Amino acid sequence: MTERVVVTGMGVVAPNANGTQAFETALRKGHSGLRRNEAMIEHGFGCHVAGVPQGVDALAESSFDEEVLLAMNQSHRYTAVAALEAWLDAGLERPAADDDRVDWDTGAILGTGIGGMDTTAAKVVPLVNAKKVRRLGSTSVEQVMASGISARVSGLFALGNQVTTNSSACSTGTEAVADGCRRIRDGLAKRMLCGGAEAASHYIWAGFDSMRVLSRPFNDEPEKASRPMSASAAGFIPGSGAGVLVLESLSSALERGATIRAEVAGVAVNCGGHRGGGSMTAPNPSGVARCIADCLTDAGLTGADVGAINGHLTATGADPKEVGSWSRALGRGPGELPWITSTKSMIGHGLGAAGALECVASVLMTERGFVHPSINCEDVHPEIEPFASSIPHELQELPELDTVIKAGFGFGDVNATVIFRRWQG
Amino acid sequence: MTEQEVFQQVVKILTPYVKNQEALDQVAMGTNILEDLKVNSARLVDVVLAFEDEFDIEIADEDVDKVNAVGDAVTLILQKVG
Repeated sequence: MTERVVVTGMGVVAPNANGTQAFETALRKGHSGLRRNEAMIEHGFGCHVAGVPQGVDALAESSFDEEVLLAMNQSHRYTAVAALEAWLDAGLERPAADDDRVDWDTGAILGTGIGGMDTTAAKVVPLVNAKKVRRLGSTSVEQVMASGISARVSGLFALGNQVTTNSSACSTGTEAVADGCRRIRDGLAKRMLCGGAEAASHYIWAGFDSMRVLSRPFNDEPEKASRPMSASAAGFIPGSGAGVLVLESLSSALERGATIRAEVAGVAVNCGGHRGGGSMTAPNPSGVARCIADCLTDAGLTGADVGAINGHLTATGADPKEVGSWSRALGRGPGELPWITSTKSMIGHGLGAAGALECVASVLMTERGFVHPSINCEDVHPEIEPFASSIPHELQELPELDTVIKAGFGFGDVNATVIFRRWQG
Repeated sequence: MTEQEVFQQVVKILTPYVKNQEALDQVAMGTNILEDLKVNSARLVDVVLAFEDEFDIEIADEDVDKVNAVGDAVTLILQKVG
């Protein structure tokens, strides 16, 4: 008998808010967290805008041991702060550092797109090139390695189940939820901390700027710069941060009386093979359609059951194609497509953190019955115009909303889709 | 620099790495860094780098091997500062 999987806790560090309560408020109000970025300006980037969480060091310093902090770079801090919030939100007790017990039933899949590039660029490369290898010290490896963020969290919470970092570009965070869900369904874990993080570093964003996929025309109006689904969309705005969801088996959640925030009703992951119009950087529409269909099948639902879509929607040329894909995959044409919104309009593209941040947003919408505005698209893209009535320019209060579908379509033509359902109890 | 000044700086540098608060409260020249203060041996590399930065000196690996107690670190640093 496969376990049902639910969300019992969430934590978030985002460019427009830290903590799920503040994040929900910011989303409802359409508050952008995008700002002028001095490092990008100083280094001659074409794009001058980024999304960077504020005040995280203070949060980290009040939550973690001084010695551990010395080995925690930005993505470690983002992940640990979000994971701690999720853990406590789930009603779990934070183990003491000298408590030797291991929680064999709880693991983590916390992903990243790029990893500790900030440490690599600021320390490893310059020091090694200067032949000063010994100056790296003992904390360099754990901060640079891709699995650093999951390894860090495992120590904070004495995790004893699978602890790993997945990586599938822009679909990383959503894939982490999908994989964690399956592990719990298979009875291999009771709880999995799932999500992702990405540091805020111009080194991480440089390659995107060079391939001219970052938006440039709105450098003087940062809060207007991320424009998914708009006619004036000109590329994405890089973001950063971390999102963590505590996924739990329904039996474990009920047994310990945990508050259930939503059910993970369906998951699917696939790739488009770089065929049929797909490439390293663009999705194969057939792959996208199959992923969405597989997720609906996994959830035992049809397109008619979906109340809202939290799209991938980055504000590149792919947006119109994505809206078309949703319409076909859900079998709902113009005027019938469910509400479709892009969290990236407010927080930019968080890369390895994107799926996680947006899954948190999707759970909040499912749980509380609202769809947040997709800002900066009053000038709807002409190809999306037929679906204009499905785009929320303002907050939509929807007490009946009970099914939200979230997908990410990443570089590599990789897709991940998750369906969240309101928990009725 | 006086021995007392160096001692205080050494203790300050060691403090984030110390796992035994009681031993830290009573720290003296004879206190053993690994066994009394319970500093993680993997982090000694970082402690040495911090000594080098704070006192503007260079400490060779052979020198580090001879440092067991806080006093050994103080003596070594005073020699190097010279």
